Amino acid sequence: MSALLHLRGLGKSFAKGAEALADLNLTIEDGEFLSLLGPSGCGKSTALRLIAGLMSPNAGSIDWVSGQPDIGFVFQDAVLMPWASAFDNVWLPLRLAGLSREAARKDVEAALDSVGLLSFAHAFPRELSGGMKMRVSIARALVKRPKLLLMDEPFAALDEITRLKLNDDLLRVTAELGTTIVFVTHSVFESAYLSNRIAVFSGRPGRVIKTIQVDGPRHRTEDFRLTSAYAQACKQASAALHLAMGEPA
Amino acid sequence: MKRLTDWLLPLLVFLAALGLWEVLVRVNEIPHYVLPAPSLVGRTLIEDWGILSTALWVTLTITFQALLAAVIGGVGLAILFSTSRVVERSFFPFAVILQVTPIVAIAPLLLVYLEPRQAVLICAFLVAFFPILSNMALGLASTDHHLIDLFQLYKASRWKQLILLRLPAALPYFLGGLRIAGGLALIGAIVAEIAAGSAGQGAGLAFRILEAGFRLNIPRMFAALVLISLAGILIYVLFTMLSWALLSRWHDSARERGL
Ligand SMILES: Nc1ncnc2c1ncn2[C@@H]1O[C@H](COP(=O)(O)OP(=O)(O)OP(=O)(O)O)[C@@H](O)[C@H]1O
Ligand SMILES: [Mg+2]
Repeated sequence: MSALLHLRGLGKSFAKGAEALADLNLTIEDGEFLSLLGPSGCGKSTALRLIAGLMSPNAGSIDWVSGQPDIGFVFQDAVLMPWASAFDNVWLPLRLAGLSREAARKDVEAALDSVGLLSFAHAFPRELSGGMKMRVSIARALVKRPKLLLMDEPFAALDEITRLKLNDDLLRVTAELGTTIVFVTHSVFESAYLSNRIAVFSGRPGRVIKTIQVDGPRHRTEDFRLTSAYAQACKQASAALHLAMGEPA
Repeated sequence: MKRLTDWLLPLLVFLAALGLWEVLVRVNEIPHYVLPAPSLVGRTLIEDWGILSTALWVTLTITFQALLAAVIGGVGLAILFSTSRVVERSFFPFAVILQVTPIVAIAPLLLVYLEPRQAVLICAFLVAFFPILSNMALGLASTDHHLIDLFQLYKASRWKQLILLRLPAALPYFLGGLRIAGGLALIGAIVAEIAAGSAGQGAGLAFRILEAGFRLNIPRMFAALVLISLAGILIYVLFTMLSWALLSRWHDSARERGL
């Protein structure tokens, strides 16, 4: 595997004196599924926003090995434009790149199809369930086939069943595209099920205190939960998380 | 059935109130220069339609011209404010000063400098301007910041961000402001007309009320009042329908309650 980017000595503090990240070092490999796991407020969202270029660091650097690629971003909420149909929401990234509705149609429909929502192309966000809205959001993030997909607790607001279903759909769709994913989550089990690697953050100011390798194929299905690799990853991740929160495991 | 009682009942109550008024006037033999019966007001409305309709047209024209100017000015300034905090801080006080100074107090001053018709127009504009400016500014500022992040991620220009994101997000706020401004523009026009007291060709409904008052033509005063109310209702209904047409598919304010 080759590296996609290196975070070197990244630091970020905010005007009000809150130091979110200090000396964050992390390499993101091309094509991997990397989870960021850590206590609340430790700077995971900040790390994603720095990588996306939505803010700049106070210290350190973000080094793209072969230039900054297209990036997709999925937030905790679906963040759809309520006045636009599912189609128009997914069209947005292509539209901002100058593609007309017709020129974008094939790609938009393919993206909607990949999340199983082609028949809802004309529905407005308000007419969709929470899970469906999140699917539209994922379709939008993937429509440009970005090399890197950043996801900030995308399924945290969903019910358990929807969440498991979306986990599987996400693995399937992104395995086909070969997308590199950085996935923020609070759930040890979710990170163990999805990831090739888990980076556990310390409490604020955040930095990586442990990375855990999860053995298994990139594309997994339900029976992965029965493997010892999964159990091992859960155990290590939760031990590291306890350490991060300064408690005995 | 439900739909029928929804509007039938208010209508019946309204007609009953008119009927009561008519009966009270007739039974007590109240002279028409004190309180005219509704039937007389109705008759005056028809008989004086020539004068009254011209006056109504004048008032409505001024109201809508003022409103148009307020929309252009208010939206334009709100967009300007949204681009720079410095601009907003520098100019917002002026908007507030104009807003808090009662229009009746400004009107005589404007009449010193301007033709009555222009003064009335500016008064109506001044009262309609602020709700549009402040609602539009609020709407532009309350755009979902995650959507703004997304536009930034895809390197959208400020222009695209305005057209595709900030303006649609501000639309419900704008329409709320427009509904308030519509009623206020009419009130502003009426108040300024009363202050101006201008006669002749350009006389609006307010002047007809003043004039009828001097001549103790109370039925015509009532008839003109009825027209002002109707104009207000018309403006309100118009903008409510516009709101509905633009928002019903996506905005929660227009959501069906599933009754
Ligand atoms: N725009 C901001 N201004 C000031 N402080 C901020 C800002 N954004 C984040 N912070 C602070 O930085 C710290 C890290 O925030 P961040 O949102 O990155 O944490 P997180 O790990 O994503 O937390 P959570 O798991 O609760 O989402 C927090 O203490 C937060 O208060
Ligand atoms: Mg967060």
